[in-house]
Amino acid sequence: MRAPRALAVTTALALSLALAACGGSDDGGEDTAAAPTAEAPEFEAGTRMAELAEAGKITIGTKFDQPLFGLKGLSGDPEGFDVEVAKIIAAKLGIAEDGIEFVETVSANREPFLQQGQVDVVVATYTINDKRDEVIDFAGPYFLAGQDILVKAGNPEGIQGPDDLAGKTVCSVAGSTPAEKIRTEYPQARLVEFDAYTKCRDALRDGTDGIVAVTTDNVILSGYVDQSPEEFELVGQPFTEEPYGIGIPEGQEPFCEFINEVLAEAFEDGSLQEAFDRTAGRVIEQELTLPEPRGCDS
Amino acid sequence: MDVVVENLDVFARGFWLTVQLTLLGAVGALLLGTLIAAMRVSPIPPLRAFAVGYTEVVRNTPLTVVFTIAIFGLPKLDLTTSLFRFAVLALAVYTSAFVAEAVRSGINSVAAGQAEAARSIGMSFSQTLSLVVLPQAFRNIVPPLASIFIALLKNTSIAAAFGTREGTQTMQQLINANGQAVIPIILASAAGYVVLALGSGFLFSRLERRLAVAR
Repeated sequence: MRAPRALAVTTALALSLALAACGGSDDGGEDTAAAPTAEAPEFEAGTRMAELAEAGKITIGTKFDQPLFGLKGLSGDPEGFDVEVAKIIAAKLGIAEDGIEFVETVSANREPFLQQGQVDVVVATYTINDKRDEVIDFAGPYFLAGQDILVKAGNPEGIQGPDDLAGKTVCSVAGSTPAEKIRTEYPQARLVEFDAYTKCRDALRDGTDGIVAVTTDNVILSGYVDQSPEEFELVGQPFTEEPYGIGIPEGQEPFCEFINEVLAEAFEDGSLQEAFDRTAGRVIEQELTLPEPRGCDS
Repeated sequence: MDVVVENLDVFARGFWLTVQLTLLGAVGALLLGTLIAAMRVSPIPPLRAFAVGYTEVVRNTPLTVVFTIAIFGLPKLDLTTSLFRFAVLALAVYTSAFVAEAVRSGINSVAAGQAEAARSIGMSFSQTLSLVVLPQAFRNIVPPLASIFIALLKNTSIAAAFGTREGTQTMQQLINANGQAVIPIILASAAGYVVLALGSGFLFSRLERRLAVAR
C-alpha cells in the first residue's frame, strides 16, 4: 500500500525537478513564478490523485475577499497565499494552471461545498478545529495564523503585545473569540466592541473614544495594512495559534497524505516560502515555518 | 438556565446602560423635538422651512445611518466624544423628528380660539406657545409619546453595533462565551426589554390619567 504511492510521489518529484532544472526560471514575471507543472505524474489507479490527474482539471474553493490570501481583484483571477498553495498542489498533480477552476467559498459554505463535491479541495484561511473535522478532513496545516494587534503607523503608543494594552482602549467585534480572549485574559485593557472590524479600523483612524488598537487574527489585520500601509501597522507578535488546513472531503486518506507530502516538499525546496514572500509575507513579518502535520486518520 | 442566573449581574450592568441610553435619549429628543415643533408653527418662514426639512430628513434616515454619521462623520470635523455620548446624540436626534410630529399634532388639537385669546391680551408668540398652547398640547399627546419612547427603548439596541455594551451587546458577549446555552440567553435578554417596555408603558398610562381633563 505504501510503496507504490511513495514511488509515484518520487517520480512526480523527480519529473518536476528535472523540468525546473531545464525550464530556466529567471524569465518569468511575478505571476508565472508558481511551481512548474509536473509532467504526467503516475498515481495508483483508483485514488483521488489519479482521477484528478487523469481529468487534468481541479476545482478549488478559496476566499475571494481576503486580501493577501484569496482576493479576486479587477484582473478576475484570485490572488494570494492560499491561491499559490492551491497552485502548488495542482502542479504536483500534473494539472496545468488553466485546468484550475477557482470557486468562491465563504466561511459558512466550505463544509457543504466539500460534502456535496462542488469543490475538490478548499484552501480558504480555513482554521482546523474539531467540529469541522467531524464532517470533512484536513490536510496540513500549512500556516499558523494568530491573534495580533493593529496600531497606527509608527506605533505612537509603543504597544508590543497584549500586556501593553493595560489601561488603553482596544477595539474588536462583539461576540467574537478575539474579544473574549481580551476580556478574560487581559482584563486591564478597556475593550470596545463594534459589529464589524472595518468599524474598528475606522474608529482607530479617528482615535474615537481613545481607541489606540484593534485586535483579531493577523490575517484580517494584515489586509488593512496592505490597503493603507501609510496609516496602520501590525505589532507582529501573535499571541494565539490558529492552524490553517486544506479541506478535502471525508475519507480520502491517501489524498490527504499526498497533500502533506507536497507541502513538505514545497517547504523544503523553498517554493512555499517564495509564494509567501510574494503575497501575505509582504505584510505579515513572520518567519514561515511548516507546522507539524496533524496526520490524516479521520 | 444556570448561565442566566450566574450572569444576572452582567445582564443587570448591560440593561442599566440600556436604561441610561433611553432616559438621556428621551430627554434630548423631547427638548429638541419640542423646539422643532415650535419652529414649525412659528410665524417666521425660514424657521418653518428648516423644521420641515429637518423632520423629513431625520425621520426618513435609517437609525444605523444616523449612528454612522455621528460616530464616523463628526470626528472628521474634530467633533469627538465618547461612544456612549455619540449613541445618546444619535438616538436623541433620530427620535426628535418623531417627537416633533407628535407635538405638532398636539398643537393642532388645541382650539384656535385659545391662541387668539392669548394674542388678544398682548402675549407674544413664545408666551402664547409656552404658557397657553403647549401645556394643553402635551396633555393630548401622552399616548403617542409613550409609543415613541418605547420604540426608543428598543432602538437603543442599535448602539450594540457601535461600541456601547448595553443589553444587546451583553447578550452577544454571553452567547459567544456560552455556546451551549444560546436560547436561554436570548430569552433572558428579550425578557429584559419586555420588562422595561411594560414598565415604561405603565408609567405613561398613570401619567395620562393624572393629566386627563374632564371635558
